[in-house]
Amino acid sequence: MHRLPIMEFFPKAMDKKPKVTLFIQCLVDAVWPQVAEAMVRVLQKLGLSLECPTDQTCCGQPAYNSGYRREACIAAKRFIEIFEGSEIIVSPSGSCVHMVRHHYPELFCDNPAWRQRAQRIAARIYEFTEFLVDVLGVEDVGAHFNGRITYHDSCQLLRGIGVKDQPRRLLRHVAGAEFVEMKNSDYCCGFGGSFAVKYPDISAAMVNDKVDHIIHSGARAVIGCDTGCLLNIAGAVSRRSLSIQTLHIAQLLAKDYL
Amino acid sequence: MPDISPETYVKVAKKGIANPVLQKALAGLQDRFGRGTAEAYRRLPEGPELRFKAHDIREKAIAHLDALLEILAAKIRANGGVVYFAQTAKEAVNYCITVARQNNVHRVVKGKSMVTEEIGLNPALQAAGIEPVETDLGEYIIQLAGEKPSHIIAPAVHKNRHDIADLFVKKTGIRRTTDPSELTQAARKALREKFLSADMGTSGVNIACAETGHITTVSNEGNIRMATTLPRIHIAFMGMERIVARLDEYEILLRLLCRGAAAQTMATYVSYISGPRRPGESDGPDEFHLVILDNGRSRILADPQFKEILYCIRCAACLNVCPVYGKIGGHAYGFAYSGPVGAVVTPLLTGINRAKDLCLGETLCGACMDACPVAIDLPRLLLALREKLAYGDENWQVKPASRMEGLAYKAWSYLIGHRYIYERFLKMAGVGQKLFPRSGTMIRRLPPPLAGWTQSRNFQPLAKETFIEGWRNKKAISNTP
Ligand code: SF4
Repeated sequence: MHRLPIMEFFPKAMDKKPKVTLFIQCLVDAVWPQVAEAMVRVLQKLGLSLECPTDQTCCGQPAYNSGYRREACIAAKRFIEIFEGSEIIVSPSGSCVHMVRHHYPELFCDNPAWRQRAQRIAARIYEFTEFLVDVLGVEDVGAHFNGRITYHDSCQLLRGIGVKDQPRRLLRHVAGAEFVEMKNSDYCCGFGGSFAVKYPDISAAMVNDKVDHIIHSGARAVIGCDTGCLLNIAGAVSRRSLSIQTLHIAQLLAKDYL
Repeated sequence: MPDISPETYVKVAKKGIANPVLQKALAGLQDRFGRGTAEAYRRLPEGPELRFKAHDIREKAIAHLDALLEILAAKIRANGGVVYFAQTAKEAVNYCITVARQNNVHRVVKGKSMVTEEIGLNPALQAAGIEPVETDLGEYIIQLAGEKPSHIIAPAVHKNRHDIADLFVKKTGIRRTTDPSELTQAARKALREKFLSADMGTSGVNIACAETGHITTVSNEGNIRMATTLPRIHIAFMGMERIVARLDEYEILLRLLCRGAAAQTMATYVSYISGPRRPGESDGPDEFHLVILDNGRSRILADPQFKEILYCIRCAACLNVCPVYGKIGGHAYGFAYSGPVGAVVTPLLTGINRAKDLCLGETLCGACMDACPVAIDLPRLLLALREKLAYGDENWQVKPASRMEGLAYKAWSYLIGHRYIYERFLKMAGVGQKLFPRSGTMIRRLPPPLAGWTQSRNFQPLAKETFIEGWRNKKAISNTP
């Protein structure tokens, strides 16, 4: 794994804990705030001080993924202005981190001044599990869960920012939980933002495969790190009247899912 | 002319999803090749990083394409071969027919080639009264069935052995059997007769090398070698991008091609061809023609955003991992090329507006890029196509796909720029969502444009209070003395 620049400043055994600025994915903010609340509890338990800019909205990913670069640029500039002063930014969403870390600098490829600002932010933003494991060096947050759990790799998290092991390490340390891999855990669940709405047949076929694999794993709960995917999976689980829980990893780690 | 129908993506996709034979076959294909290829890359002595080196090799080759093609053409001509540069599909097809007519050719045996599919060679030959015979087992099956290939490497993946048994009984009159090796024997017997009686053989080109002046064909059945050596005339069709400069570069690409295509270290038959049979040699055709095809590639080459797709070596690795291809199969893409590569190449070759569903109908999951032996950033290319559809583009004659959507994103960009208004908007939506039917806490049915979501999933309603509101309120409380 490549080392991120921030780790030079914050080696695993940190003396001084950084001030963490929360970047809350818009889906979490509006639909599933429990995820952010859970993340806050986990981070506070680790003794971190948190701040959360209350004028934040969306990183621009929906526009970017649909080809609306200009609108995505508007969102990106605003994001940069809001978060520029932050020491370290943590988000409960791999796809948003991928957007900021990799697509922001690319969005401003023709604009050196903004590109530089984008790159500075890109070097300071972390996905939640990446932050816990790679930056803080924490794998056991003292969580417990009774029963079998499995994990879904979200696409941008896995292939965009290369987070594969970190959530698994955290899950293996959950007391009482038996972690199993499902088949094709790295296959897309069929969310894809507006794809799920525009191509409902294809999306449904994909998410139903995902749910089948979850069922076959025998898990009581499926865990993920990206709320888009989780809403998709939870929606299909609910439509099929299954008793499987769909949880964001922060909820499991904070035991906030009941 | 070739059949081009990317417009029916959604309709054909739906049919594919509902076809249990196809579903089983695709799952099997992806289990075997998708995983196998990743493992094959890991086992490379240079590691999977070699793909990035291959990317550079292809980038360099495409940057010097004109020079490399000239060198290749000069060497092949020096060896007694004929080289023809075809601007369009029609020119390529006509060239082939002319050569066939001049030589009184009645039957053509074909090695598997997607370029000949792209230019519609088979229907054109038939129309000219010449019999084309596909000799790759999968292609042979498809030809008997009168269908189109649904995978670049495994064209008949959508057919199981029962389908094939029925087809063979009907078309070749053999006794019914579902035993794969007996079926293969039956095809082999029929094809041997065709090989021996054909006057012309055609093939594609997997990779050409400028330094040595040779083209390579790769197969696992040996049929391409027969098609290119037995008949009097061999015509090879090559997309103009399929070349590298040097032999050492070629070797890297060949190794990666075999891994990407079939998770093999090396294919069973690899032929190096640089011209017709030379005096004193016992094998090979009297005439060798190389048709180098443009057919829209120059236009791609001229666009810095898109030229990366010309690095493609058509190995099909991206199909074998694509979760969308894995559900809908190849026919949905409506052209010779399917899967992620088809989703990029077909719009560029046939028109972005008409193929808009190919540009939009993926999730950008990125599995293709990790599987690609030359590490093409397919998601980036899809995004670039989407940008053309979003705003329109004069160079590519693209009209904005949806004015409504354009306006919606404009409104969205305003909303997210103003947290206060954004929250009011969410509050209104929160009130509005009370109108929709629920099961438990989840919404069961939404109106358009969100109806697609609830077609087969429930929807998690908006929370009463956003996280940010909660945070603000808590802070307000803790700040009051
Ligand atoms: S895009 Fe890459 S993986 Fe797909 S066919 Fe081309 S070379 Fe193979």
